[in-house]
Amino acid sequence: MLRYSLKRLASAVPTLFLLITVAFFLIRIAPGGPFDSERALPAEIEANLAAKYHLDEPLVMQYGRYIWQIVRLDFGPSFHYLDWTVNDLIIQGAPVSFTLGILALIMALVVGIPIGVWAAWRQNRPSDYTVMGVAMIGISIPNFVLAPLLILLFAITLGWLPAGGWEYSFSRMVLPVITLALPMIAYVARITRGSMIEVLHSSFIRTARAKGLPEKEVLINHALKPALLPVISYLGPAAAAILTGSVVVERIFTIPGIGSYFVQGALNRDYTLVMGVVILYGILIIVFNFLVDLLYAWLDPRIRYDDLESES
Amino acid sequence: MYYHGCRHLVQSDVQGFSKQSDGVPSDPRSARAMKVWAIMVLAMLLAACQPHDEVDEPSKPRLPVPVNVEFDPEGRPLPEVLASEQTLHRGNGEEPQTLDPHLAEGVPTANILRDLFEGLTTTAPDGRIVPGAAIHWDISRDGLTYTFYLDPAGTWSNGEPVTADDFVWSWRRVVDPNTAAAYGRMLAPVVNAEQIFSGELPPEELGVTALNESTFQVRLDDPTPYFLGLLTHPTTYPVHRESFETHGSAHVRPGNLISNGAYVLTDWQVRSRIELARNLHFRDADNVIIERVIYYPFEDENTEFNRFRAGDLQWTYQVPSSQFRWLERNLDEALMVAPWFGTYFFSFNLTREPFRDNLELRRALNLAIDREIITERVSQFGEIPTFNLIPPGLPDYEPPKPEYAEWTQEEREEEARRLYRQAGYSESDPLTVELRYNTSENHRKIAVAVAAMWKQTLGVRTRLVNEEFRVFLQNRAQRRVTQVFRAGWIGDYQDAFTFLELFHSGHGRNDAGYNNPRYDRLLEQIASERIPALRRNLMREAERMLLADQVILPTFIYVSKRLVDPRLKGWEENIMDYHLTRYMYLVRERGVEPEERTDEVDDEGGETGDGRRETDEQAGLRPINAFPVVFRLPSSVSPAIRRIATPC
Repeated sequence: MLRYSLKRLASAVPTLFLLITVAFFLIRIAPGGPFDSERALPAEIEANLAAKYHLDEPLVMQYGRYIWQIVRLDFGPSFHYLDWTVNDLIIQGAPVSFTLGILALIMALVVGIPIGVWAAWRQNRPSDYTVMGVAMIGISIPNFVLAPLLILLFAITLGWLPAGGWEYSFSRMVLPVITLALPMIAYVARITRGSMIEVLHSSFIRTARAKGLPEKEVLINHALKPALLPVISYLGPAAAAILTGSVVVERIFTIPGIGSYFVQGALNRDYTLVMGVVILYGILIIVFNFLVDLLYAWLDPRIRYDDLESES
Repeated sequence: MYYHGCRHLVQSDVQGFSKQSDGVPSDPRSARAMKVWAIMVLAMLLAACQPHDEVDEPSKPRLPVPVNVEFDPEGRPLPEVLASEQTLHRGNGEEPQTLDPHLAEGVPTANILRDLFEGLTTTAPDGRIVPGAAIHWDISRDGLTYTFYLDPAGTWSNGEPVTADDFVWSWRRVVDPNTAAAYGRMLAPVVNAEQIFSGELPPEELGVTALNESTFQVRLDDPTPYFLGLLTHPTTYPVHRESFETHGSAHVRPGNLISNGAYVLTDWQVRSRIELARNLHFRDADNVIIERVIYYPFEDENTEFNRFRAGDLQWTYQVPSSQFRWLERNLDEALMVAPWFGTYFFSFNLTREPFRDNLELRRALNLAIDREIITERVSQFGEIPTFNLIPPGLPDYEPPKPEYAEWTQEEREEEARRLYRQAGYSESDPLTVELRYNTSENHRKIAVAVAAMWKQTLGVRTRLVNEEFRVFLQNRAQRRVTQVFRAGWIGDYQDAFTFLELFHSGHGRNDAGYNNPRYDRLLEQIASERIPALRRNLMREAERMLLADQVILPTFIYVSKRLVDPRLKGWEENIMDYHLTRYMYLVRERGVEPEERTDEVDDEGGETGDGRRETDEQAGLRPINAFPVVFRLPSSVSPAIRRIATPC
């Protein structure tokens, strides 16, 4: 296991390097620069700005400089938010996005898995259709529709919850977390149901039932664990995506997370900020995919990485 | 993003449903199952609309009614009319790029900086230029030397006095090319500024001197009648030298920032809030009533609108641009619309076909547009149709109206058709043109309307091109692919010159490529003219020339539009849209005393008699952060106004 982990870690470095390289050059291909504005700057000032941020150097040199910065874990100054470094911005925004993401993730699992199990158990009955129909709607409603509706209902009409804004308090997190979690609940429920149905048809379940085990035990102790494998593989990238925030949710609820840096950063041609969040996202994807693989091994006794290695 | 989302909901969901259902595993009963699902989806949609319908009714915004304001002999509001908590929550556009006044740009940032700092001059609530850090000044007879006498009471927020040296150092910093000040050109009229920008002279050569501790002298190259107005701009504010030298670029962080305005920075959560508190050392601190101002950045106007409706904000930066009718019906007392110092126009690329050397065609396109339809049906907020570049409302400038401004629209269209034929186009051989704008729903609507008018009147075929903002700016500046493009300009200072200079052949934002030596010469004459009346005539002539050459297609004068809590007083509409918090105050809501309130609730319940008041009663019991005050419509508002158009 340790050998496997080390190997994965080693393979993560070239992946990240590739990601940084592609992202670095892609964002610079975009027309326009970070200091373009509707007011024209005098040529000398523009040249000075370019020099200050090393934008006047050949691209390859800028790239080399950037890589050297990254190695020292310095993401550089933001080109748009002039008073802050990218590190500052990520350190301020990431905890907010992480908090919301983790809560949404927990909610998705706690609600989605039982629904999926139940629907699989009641396969093809009206209750199954109802639950899955609702899940379908959950997937289909875009969050930019859902969020304003939630605000309208709970904040403006009923006045139970604030209409947005951010602080670490239950009332301010409820609506954003629900908005983030609803589509995920729906996905998790659908995936759980699908794989659960498959597992319920396999022979070891028949054996378990033949032994006369109570249905509850069959479902939870025997069927659930293997049925979770597809959920886990869905969760890897999904967790990375949800932890890095959502631009829509942040916009509508005015939440200072890092999600909108992906979009605003690109629109502002804030090269360093975009690079910073892209790298963070890349790292999270790699980490979660690794965790998924570890969980696989734990959930499914047929998968053993070290064995595989020794065989090959 | 979409506040009235029901229609979108129906459309996108039906699509989403059919798309998703393709992946449903085939099952003998799947056709029936599909039907069941379809019905359920519809039921859900109805359900989604239903509460929306119902809830919108009682959620009709109830604005607080302020008590009548009474003043003491000095013109200050009496303490008993003031609300007990003087905290102002201001919505404020996008997150500031920086709070360093010399590097800052953008209206939202300037709003905050006007509270934090003070220039030599400042503005009164009505926008008049009044003494700021300088208590008075002398202007030499030739108009080239300004001597400012600083207010002896002027102090930094750490208690140190603001000195003439602070201004000397700050202004040198602005023109220093290494500072790369975004608005450095504001100081261009000062002696040697141009040479310092281009690196020919060191910043120390700037024409400013500290005659003594409290006397600051500025020498100008040309008489600049609007110079006092420039001094209200953040670029001319003083920056505290010591804290800049200690903290470097972090000198604007809370705790480090030392400012000389009515407020000090106490907290800054990026993209969440910027909090200011009253500066006890401010020279006029005794007259500042609002204790705390919290600026909230908003990336989305609907979000800000929702926060205002929920009672979280007392002042918004803008309003949802598509909701004028609703706002007018439901939030009339809070909706504040005033002419602004900016013009929305389209511009021709004069360096390329088909507009190069084709005056008739440009004029035809200009005349074919019915501006009233655009302002009444499209932009809707009372924007003022215009044929001019420079907005009206300047104290010493009357824009020259071109003769076709007086014609009827039919006459204009007639003339447009004639010119169009003269330019060599016809029904069978129409003009094909590209109309370019930066991506925004509002610009799109206006562009569509313009294209439709061209089509209808002249038969022009228009291709609409929308581009992301920076791509758009670059294309405009390069003048290679543009034909007609959206422009628009908000004046930087209260003078017609801020618009006219844009079309100097050497100006960096002359994206039309207008190159008329006579116009350039006029601009130079304006810059050196000392007699106001002559200068005004020259400016009118320049504008007339620009319009006669049909460089631009003026459309309307911008308006500033926002929602303001009726309890917020002390501010006035002004053309520059500058609203300093130091003049504002919050007054008590009428009948907030507990005993009065019970009466009123009973009264109103009787009046409307629709049983909705119960909800309002509950509203009083809500968690505090949901509704800090009980909003209530005045009983004089008719029930018809209380109703709300339901989107579903």
